[in-house]
Amino acid sequence: MELTKEPDAVPPPRDAPEDGHLLEVDDLHVEFRVRGRDVQAVNGLSYTLAEGETVAILGESGSGKSVAAQAVMGILDTPPARVTQGSVRLRGEELLGLPERRRRAFRGDRISMIFQDALSALNPVFTVGDQITEMYRVHRGLRRKPARDKAVELMERVRIPSARQRLGDYPHQFSGGMRQRIMIAMALALEPDVLIADEPTTALDVTVQAQIMRLLAELQDELRMGLVLITHDLGVVAGVADRIVVMYAGSVAEQAPARELYARPAHPYTAGLLASVPRLDQRGGPLVPIKGAPPDPAALPPGCPFRPRCPRAEAVCAAERPPLVTVGPGHAAACHFAEEVHGAC
Amino acid sequence: MWRYVLRRLLQAIPVFIGTTLLIYLLVFALPGDPIQALAGDKPVPENVLNTLRDRYNLNDPVLVQYAKYMFGLFQGDLGENYTGQKVSEMLSGRWVVTAQLALTAWTFELVVGIALGAWAGLRRGRLADTLVLGGTTLLIAVPVFVLGYTAQIVFGLNWKIFPSAGTDQGWPVSYLLPGMVLGSLGLSYVARLTRTSLAENLRADYVRTARAKGLGRTRVVGRHALRNSLIPVVTYLGVDFGSLMGGAIVTEGIFNLPGVGQQVFQSIQLKEGPVVVGAVTLLVLIFLLVNLIVDLLYGWLDPRIRYE
Repeated sequence: MELTKEPDAVPPPRDAPEDGHLLEVDDLHVEFRVRGRDVQAVNGLSYTLAEGETVAILGESGSGKSVAAQAVMGILDTPPARVTQGSVRLRGEELLGLPERRRRAFRGDRISMIFQDALSALNPVFTVGDQITEMYRVHRGLRRKPARDKAVELMERVRIPSARQRLGDYPHQFSGGMRQRIMIAMALALEPDVLIADEPTTALDVTVQAQIMRLLAELQDELRMGLVLITHDLGVVAGVADRIVVMYAGSVAEQAPARELYARPAHPYTAGLLASVPRLDQRGGPLVPIKGAPPDPAALPPGCPFRPRCPRAEAVCAAERPPLVTVGPGHAAACHFAEEVHGAC
Repeated sequence: MWRYVLRRLLQAIPVFIGTTLLIYLLVFALPGDPIQALAGDKPVPENVLNTLRDRYNLNDPVLVQYAKYMFGLFQGDLGENYTGQKVSEMLSGRWVVTAQLALTAWTFELVVGIALGAWAGLRRGRLADTLVLGGTTLLIAVPVFVLGYTAQIVFGLNWKIFPSAGTDQGWPVSYLLPGMVLGSLGLSYVARLTRTSLAENLRADYVRTARAKGLGRTRVVGRHALRNSLIPVVTYLGVDFGSLMGGAIVTEGIFNLPGVGQQVFQSIQLKEGPVVVGAVTLLVLIFLLVNLIVDLLYGWLDPRIRYE
């Protein structure tokens, strides 16, 4: 089906008024309606992202990190999902509540997203060339030939060998790492301001993971792009993130500059995560798993959601939901004992 | 790919021989003597009977008869019936009628079926979906002769929207109503397949990617989701075209269309073995060919399928 050759809508201006932040997510709430009941998937997520900065959103499966990312992109299925509260601003412009047509012009153009499993995230029945050129053709109204030239350029940029010959290949004809490169090329085609990478390396071999992360870092530098890295893997985060937001059961457990978070976590959950990962500088030390499993978002315990698994839990934790407490510059944790945990490390 | 086509054609040979042999044996097993049947109740002189039997190889063992028939067939000779009419001539005009009917029904299935299916699939669980599901269930449940006569009486005789029978007005006008009746069953399956497949594909990861790319809804659904959803539908449509070409005995009867179905029906009653076998043989050939085309079409719809 060949649709209009015209761009979908006028792309939003690049130099909207600066207020220091590229992307601001403020108090984001997302609800799902499941079998007649409302389930809170994201419960007040806030973070900011500057040009060239990398923010990692860290959390287990079900912590709401992917849902939050899709809410920022505006690609949640509504219904059942619904953004009930909060704000998402890109260079100061509010995205939530924009009419779909205006919102769509941002997607893929100013704010892009790559997904975990490139094999299922790329359309199996179109060539990679088709899928990359689609960005130029739909958003920029480019014709076939110049769009293909741009696609080749892009594929070379993400270092896909013999790019021009591979334009006509289908996703299944590429290796896992090459497929993720295609995905990245597609997302970066229009040089977006913000890239959201949802577990970009989870489906890949460890050696390939490192290559992909390095490629992302390079491209980020070149394009001065803000990167939101969503992951459950502390190892992936360590080398690349400037700041880390730890999510638990739909809300922020802790956020801090990366080094600070690793050195002095202020939330027992973060401390638990760090203790459960093998570290080279503490060889032979025992690994301590976090007991239990994350709560069912449809049946959150009262008070602190981490309480049932928390080694420090006291009576107050069951009664009151802890607010985010600032424990240092840019460092906050949602724990009644944040100061003590922070101090203990 | 040409190797694949060649292999498929070679595979078709045993299928072809098997089916024709089966039909031949079935017709042979029909009770009664076809030569005697020509004369009705009157006694036929022994010498006449024997001459005719010799001429049509009826005195040979059945496998020899079959071998002689196949020998003729490979020379392009479909044989003749017991009154000396050439089978190829008897069928030639009728294939046109049947093909026009089948094509009308098939187009109806394809266009309306996919449209209804897409409509329901996009509105899963809502009124449109319920309507399509209910309507198609009804069409599947109602026997074709009930549907045929009802449509003929209502649309043909009472409302006079369509011609009620015959081929006077030629294609397509005379074929619209019978085509819709004949295609209604297939339409129901096409609509249901499309609906389920589309609803499933709309939740696929690559559809989420398409939305993340900032594509419009028409493009996301019409290009990214629908193309993937049509893979099972094409299979069904292909197989169904084969059966539409042969299976219209009832519809051709109701609407008095002089097609192959009608001829086969009459020939079975007259025990005209060569005609039945000839018609079915051609049908098997068409069926095999259509299936091959469908399988090749797959490769275009789903590049993950390789012909090796």
